Parts: sequence; structure tokens; C-alpha cells
Amino acid sequence: MSSKTSDRIATGIFVTIAVIIISLLIGLFYFILVNGVKQISIDFLTKPSSNLLAGGGIRDQIFNSFYVLIITMIITVPLGLGGGIYMAEYAKPGKVTDFIRVCVEVLASFPSIVIGMFGLLMFVTLTGWGYTILGGALALTVFNLPVMVRVSEDAIRSVPRDIKEASLGLGITHWHTIKTILLPSAFPSILTGAILAAGRVFGEAAALLFTAGLSTPRLDYSDWNPFSSTSPLNIFRPAETLAVHIWSVNTQGLIPDVKEVANGSAAVLVISVLIFNLLARGIGSLVHKKMTASK
Amino acid sequence: MEKVVPAKDRLLKSKKSWMDGEVRGRILVFLSAIIMIAATISITIFIGQKGLQAFINNGVSLIEFLTSKIWDPTNQKNPVYGALPFIFGSFAVTFLAALVAAPLGIGAAIFMTEIAPSWGRKVLQPVIELLVGIPSVVYGFIGLTVLVPFIRDHVGGLGFSLLSGMIVLSVMILPTITTIATDAMATIPKALREGSYALGATRWQTIRKVLIPAAMPSLLTAIVLGMARAFGEALAVQMVIGNVSKFPHSILDASGTLTTIITLNMGNTTFGSVDNNVLWSMGLILLVISFVFILIIRYLSARRKI
Repeated sequence: MSSKTSDRIATGIFVTIAVIIISLLIGLFYFILVNGVKQISIDFLTKPSSNLLAGGGIRDQIFNSFYVLIITMIITVPLGLGGGIYMAEYAKPGKVTDFIRVCVEVLASFPSIVIGMFGLLMFVTLTGWGYTILGGALALTVFNLPVMVRVSEDAIRSVPRDIKEASLGLGITHWHTIKTILLPSAFPSILTGAILAAGRVFGEAAALLFTAGLSTPRLDYSDWNPFSSTSPLNIFRPAETLAVHIWSVNTQGLIPDVKEVANGSAAVLVISVLIFNLLARGIGSLVHKKMTASK
Repeated sequence: MEKVVPAKDRLLKSKKSWMDGEVRGRILVFLSAIIMIAATISITIFIGQKGLQAFINNGVSLIEFLTSKIWDPTNQKNPVYGALPFIFGSFAVTFLAALVAAPLGIGAAIFMTEIAPSWGRKVLQPVIELLVGIPSVVYGFIGLTVLVPFIRDHVGGLGFSLLSGMIVLSVMILPTITTIATDAMATIPKALREGSYALGATRWQTIRKVLIPAAMPSLLTAIVLGMARAFGEALAVQMVIGNVSKFPHSILDASGTLTTIITLNMGNTTFGSVDNNVLWSMGLILLVISFVFILIIRYLSARRKI
């Protein structure tokens, strides 16, 4: 076979691979959206789920997903930002820095189920809280922290050196430079990274199974006292999120309309993650435009 | 006579000492770094300590746990805790998934960097990003509703099988492999490519003889990272693999993995019992394997040529 022919065959194979991947994505989205969107109705989104009867909704699961996500981000973002600043600005090359880098790497590669087990041990059993939103959020923090640290470190490192040196040259202290020069310049990339990480947290289920639990108590949405046990805002109550709900109705559900509920939930989940992705792109470039002179 | 004011009193002073902010900032940032170290170490210690309890306190034999093919914890007289079927299942789906995803992922990376660098990347990059965004339970659910019946009707067996697990996992790790492989291919110096073309090599010859060998350590890193992800994935696999504790004999047999048995039994066993403790031992195996994956990745990145 001449080298020309084999070159053509190889090119054909690479194009085929690209086509396979693209059609895979189209197929997946087609399946999720076509089957799912017809299940989504106001009723489906605003009714509590049912354990035995058909026709249950996913109101509580949607609320729980967002609530767990918000609490996770409240804990993760400052910690991840701090870690990122440390790695980008304070860490001196040496054994300690290498060790922290290994820690971030190790933490990122832990299977989420192992993090869930750690959460079960630490935040459920050891603290005696039982299954709680806070426990789930802390487990997700462990899961999300390495991503956030990397995102912030990269964002801060990519700020042009000149800007930082100009600030230091004006006699501004290091911390003040970080606060007023580096963080604002790095903000768009950090925000984009944070929203993408949020999408990942939103779809995570394995780490939540043993920490936030598989059930939701009866919630009273008119009760805004975060210490009341029926309040949706109570962080010491068990909470089944949307992703966990999809898993639990499929594997241990008793309701007759498992497929409909799962289809609808999957569509809501995927659409939410899509919105996170679009937001990340949109807000990232918008903020970038606002804060810099570039077009 | 005019009173002389010493120089240090004439200077304007800020009420807030600048050192305060500096020190506070440094402390905050150090704390975050310490929390990261603490999280990593405490996970290792907690899971390690809990995972060893089955062997130390409950007298389960470590050799039996790692080598016995029989998993029968409910046997009243003589419970047997052999985790080999699950360990084997985990490795089997991981390697099978990598076998499918690696050529596809690296092929896609080459397509984006070598075949169609301008538009290929613009089309395929968002596709890969969207694939990353689909949560793992959704992959599992689609596997359960589409793949499992399809395999049952057209290939054979029950549908719940190693094959289903392999396909679901390979789709899940495809974006990981593609992203890292693309970065690896993109960082190859242009001179290598041009040198090869100048010698009269075709594009395929350049890719095969120059670019892939040059990027090899990074491409292997991509595959290992993908495998690490596949090894630790729990729910998506659990939904399609059938969850039996028997040793699978063909790719169409139902099987179980370490993650699936943990997922299923953690809630049904009493905390602190032998049945529960052996699950933690499996968690420890997962942890150890993920350390091994990291060691491999570090070894590979130390050998990176470019």
C-alpha cells in the first residue's frame, strides 16, 4: 500500500472518529430532551415527589439541589480562592509546596464514592448530625476544592506580570496588591471556573448518597425560619437532590411511573447544567469586557 | 522660641497599620492551604483506619478477602468475604472502557490538532465540553433505558453486563482523555511537524512516527486519568452492570464492582458490623488504587519529553 493511500485511510478514520463523537452527543441530547421535555410541566416542577403513587413531582429535589449547591459554593469559593492565592503568590518552591500540590492532585483523583464514605464517617456518624444538607455540602466541598484551587491559581498566574509589578513598584503591599490588582483582573476566569465547577457539583450524586441521604422531610415553604425542622432552609435536615433522585427512583423506586419521573428529572438536570455552561461563557466574556479595555 | 516637633510626630500616619492587613491576608491564605492538606490526610487516615477494622477487629482474613471468589456475608454459620469478583469487575470494566475510549479520544485529539485545526476544534471542543457536563447518573439512566434493552435484544444475555458497563464508562471517560490528549498534541513544537513534512513524510506518517511518540507520556497520562475516573465511578456503573457477586465469565455476564457493592450495601448494613466493615475495606482498596494511579501519572509526567 502506498503511503498516499494509507494517509487517506488514516484521515478517513480520524474524520469517522470525530463524526462518531458528534453523533454520540447529538444522540444523547436528543434522547434526554425529547423524552424529558414532554414530562416537564408546571405540575411536575411544583409537586412534591411521591413514594408509592404515580404523578409525583420533583419540587423538593430541585430546591434541595440548588440549596446544597449554594451552601457548597459558599464554603468552597473562599477556601479554593485562598488555596489558589497561596499556590500562585505565597508558595515558595520546595518540599511543602510540592506536598500541597500532591495533596490537590490526590484530592482531585479520589473517587467521589470514597469522599461520600469519608463524609459518612466524619459529618454523619462522628458529629452525630445524621444525614444533613450541611454534611452533604461539606462532602461536596472536599470533592470540589481541588478544582476551585486550580482554577484560581491558574487565573491569578495568568494576570500579566507588569500589572503586579507596577502595583508593587508604587509601594503597595503584597496582600493589598493581591486584593486590589490581582483578584479583580483574575475575576472573570475565576467566575467562569466557579460556574463550571457548580455544574459538576449540581450533577454529583455518589458523594451525597451517604451524606445528604435519600429522603426529604415534609417541607413547608412558608416557613423561613432556618432552625425549624420543616423549613426548607434548615441545613440540618436530610435532603435528596435531583441527581440522587434519578438514581433512587431507578434502583429502588416503587412508583409506577419511574420512567416518566426519571426522564423529566434527567432533562431538568441536563438543562440546568447546560444553563450553567452557557452562563459561564456568557458572564465570563461579559465581565471581561466590562473590566478590561479589550473587545 | 519655636517648639521643635520631632520628625516622627510630623509624619502622617494611618490609623490602620498596614501590617495588619498583610498578616491577616497571609494567615487566611495559609489556612486554606492547610485545610487542603488536612482534608487529604484525614480522608486517608479515616478510611484507612476504618478499612482495616474488618481485618483487625473482626478477624476477616486479608488473604481470603483479596483472593477468594466467594462473597457470602449472609451465611449464618460460615460467612465468606471474598472481594475478588468485585476487584476483578472493577479492573475489567476500567480496562475495557479504556480500550474503547483511548483510541476514540486520542483520535479526536489528533483530528482537532492535525487534521482540521481550524474548524475541527471549533466543532469538537464544545461537543467534548457538553459531554463532560452530562452528570454521571444521567449516563447511567440512559444506559439503563436504552443500552441494556438493546444488548438484551440484539446481542444476548440479560443486558445487565460488563459490556453495558464498559460502554457507559467509555463514553464518560472519553472527554477526559480527549481534553488532555488535545493539550498534549497541541504543545508539540511546530518544528517537529515541519521537519517531518520537509523530509517528505505524509500526514499519517508524521502523526504515527513523530507526533504520537513525542506525545506518548502525555497521551498515557490522559488514558490513566481516564481509567482513574472509570475505576471510581459508582452510580452509572451500578445502574447497568447487574450487581451480582459472581465472577463474570464472559463480557455478557452480569458482574459487580467495588463501587457498586459499596453503593448498594452501605445503607443496608449496620454501622460497625462485619458486613459493614468489609465495605470500608473495599473503600480502602479504591483509595489505594487511586494512589497507585497518581504514582503512575507522576512517573509518566517525569518522563515527558516535551
